[in-house]
Amino acid sequence: MSREQSSLLDAYRRMKTIREFEERLHVEIATGEIPGFTHLYAGQEAVAVGVCADLTDEDYIVSTHRGHGHCIAKGCDITGMMQEIYGRRDGLCKGKGGSMHIADFDKGMLGANAIVGAGPPLAVGAAIACKLRRGAAAEGRVSVAFGGDGSCNQGTVFEAMNLAVVLAVPAIFVFENNGYSEHTGADYAVGSKDITARAAAFGMAAERVDGADFFAVRAAMRRALERARAGGGPSAIEAVITRFYGHFEGDPQKYRARDEVANQRATMDCLTRFRTSVAQSGAVAGEELDAIDREVLERIDAAVRAARAAPLPPESDLTTDVYIHY
Amino acid sequence: MPQLSMRDAINQALHQEMERDPRVIVLGEDVSGGAGGTSGEREASGGIFGVTKGLLPRFGAERVLDTPISESAIIGAAAGAALAGLRPVAELMFADFVGVCMDQIYNQVAKFRYMFGGKSRCPVVIRMAMGAGMGMGAQHSQSIYAMLTAVPGLKVVVPSNARDAKGLLIEAIRDDDPVVFFEHKALYPRKGEVPEAPYTVRFGEASLLREGTDVTVVALARMVSFAEKAIDALARDGITCDLIDPRTTSPLDEETILESLEGTGRLVIVDESPPRCSVAADIAALAAGRGFHSLKAPVEQVTPPHTPVPFSPALERAYVPGPQRIEAAIRRVLGAKA
Repeated sequence: MSREQSSLLDAYRRMKTIREFEERLHVEIATGEIPGFTHLYAGQEAVAVGVCADLTDEDYIVSTHRGHGHCIAKGCDITGMMQEIYGRRDGLCKGKGGSMHIADFDKGMLGANAIVGAGPPLAVGAAIACKLRRGAAAEGRVSVAFGGDGSCNQGTVFEAMNLAVVLAVPAIFVFENNGYSEHTGADYAVGSKDITARAAAFGMAAERVDGADFFAVRAAMRRALERARAGGGPSAIEAVITRFYGHFEGDPQKYRARDEVANQRATMDCLTRFRTSVAQSGAVAGEELDAIDREVLERIDAAVRAARAAPLPPESDLTTDVYIHY
Repeated sequence: MPQLSMRDAINQALHQEMERDPRVIVLGEDVSGGAGGTSGEREASGGIFGVTKGLLPRFGAERVLDTPISESAIIGAAAGAALAGLRPVAELMFADFVGVCMDQIYNQVAKFRYMFGGKSRCPVVIRMAMGAGMGMGAQHSQSIYAMLTAVPGLKVVVPSNARDAKGLLIEAIRDDDPVVFFEHKALYPRKGEVPEAPYTVRFGEASLLREGTDVTVVALARMVSFAEKAIDALARDGITCDLIDPRTTSPLDEETILESLEGTGRLVIVDESPPRCSVAADIAALAAGRGFHSLKAPVEQVTPPHTPVPFSPALERAYVPGPQRIEAAIRRVLGAKA
């Protein structure tokens, strides 16, 4: 199997894992067994996976409240994630974080973040560390800030983009424009209606891609990566995409036309698009993808079963990990 | 022993730690000053108070980062760099500016470790200048350490002298937890004996600056020197006091305060913060709880009124607690004995 083939199979596996992880959560949340509220990433898989396809564990990402996809794309363990979402002791964050605060530092995943727009400054900081340490590694490391169309209206994001340009650090700002800032249309809330131009105005290379097209996202990311790794400073990518569910689970989505999601599932499904594309190019056989589909469903099912059976955190965990030393 | 101002003591601590550990970086507005501009003078200020002077020429622009006026980005970048293995010292210039970047401080920096199940470390130091008395008005004079003391996950340092400031800052930089470091502007020029070699002062260990039997006085930052004046004046009347400088408000050395209170039975707390939900109120609550059986008189809190800091020097003098008010409070708690 060629390197490209195995990387395509891996990308498909990750996208499918994200999809089924979220589809299953959609079902499980309705049972009332999962505490708190959850923001599903289904529909946006090609963005997370396209962006992370060429990253290593040494590269950093900073995620959002809608972060499950970013975690899976960056290689977080799905059983650990599922346990975290169920608030279990052995979750990736010992059940203290939950859906909106999953982090895995061994994977360069610096945390999902429940404050919209809080992540990009953190990503710039990680990029400062990457830049300072360049020279030791053969390839420079990079830092990626995921955000949505909602975050692009936060002042913190403006500050972060400007600082990244001023310091010329290897940061990549990914704006997943899924059309809605919570319940408000991006066509209303983004004054200029042009996130790409807004990012470019800070003095960095910025491009808009079809977020349902894995290959387009990966190609844009490769351009940004090459720039960052060569010391060319930050870039921005606006991925135009949709989400298949509401802002959070339970959102009645009265801001969307009745058939909007059904139409998007029919025309903008990144998994279908991926299958069509590889079938046309002959890069990967359909049977191999079918096998991945079956394997993914089994793994998700096992993760849910493990999470349900897992112990809750003991009360003694309540006061640990506030400080390292106090 | 060399005499150094608190400004120079902090500067020396930064130099020594940056020398010792290549992971230490400094970032903030005008930390060197002169980036861009037309004069060609690269280190134009070395910090608005001159605290970071000399760092840029010594350690270079990769480790001494002049930033735009973007407080959220400064604190966020420091936090992200810390998560990625550096040990950043971010300067916020005036403590009053925490309002601009509070989310990064109390939702991000303070919560990472707990929220991520103990897997992260965020060894960031956030330095900021605080305090009234220089006619800087309501938005450049506050002592807002109580606000940050109230946040679990942060350690809060409030030094009162040059020697402690150096040792506490070195401790802060080496500490693996996030630390907020308050520097009282009026103390910057004040000199004291400061050992040249690097040393640390442990957090949560108060210093006992005067020993006495009649009253326990707890004071913070600039209020320590005012309390010293008051206590020295009272000594002429044969009244002696313990003077305790907690040095850090989080962690707070409760034991030293309670032990002293056990001996004296009387407590005066001097705090430059407004009185509501303050460190003074916190210590008074400690006395009313665990120290209740030691108390022989009501606890006195010497604080400014519950107002913003006024501009006019006439009003500002009335705002800041001074030695006379402290002396009067000490006499009041003693009067309650009779």
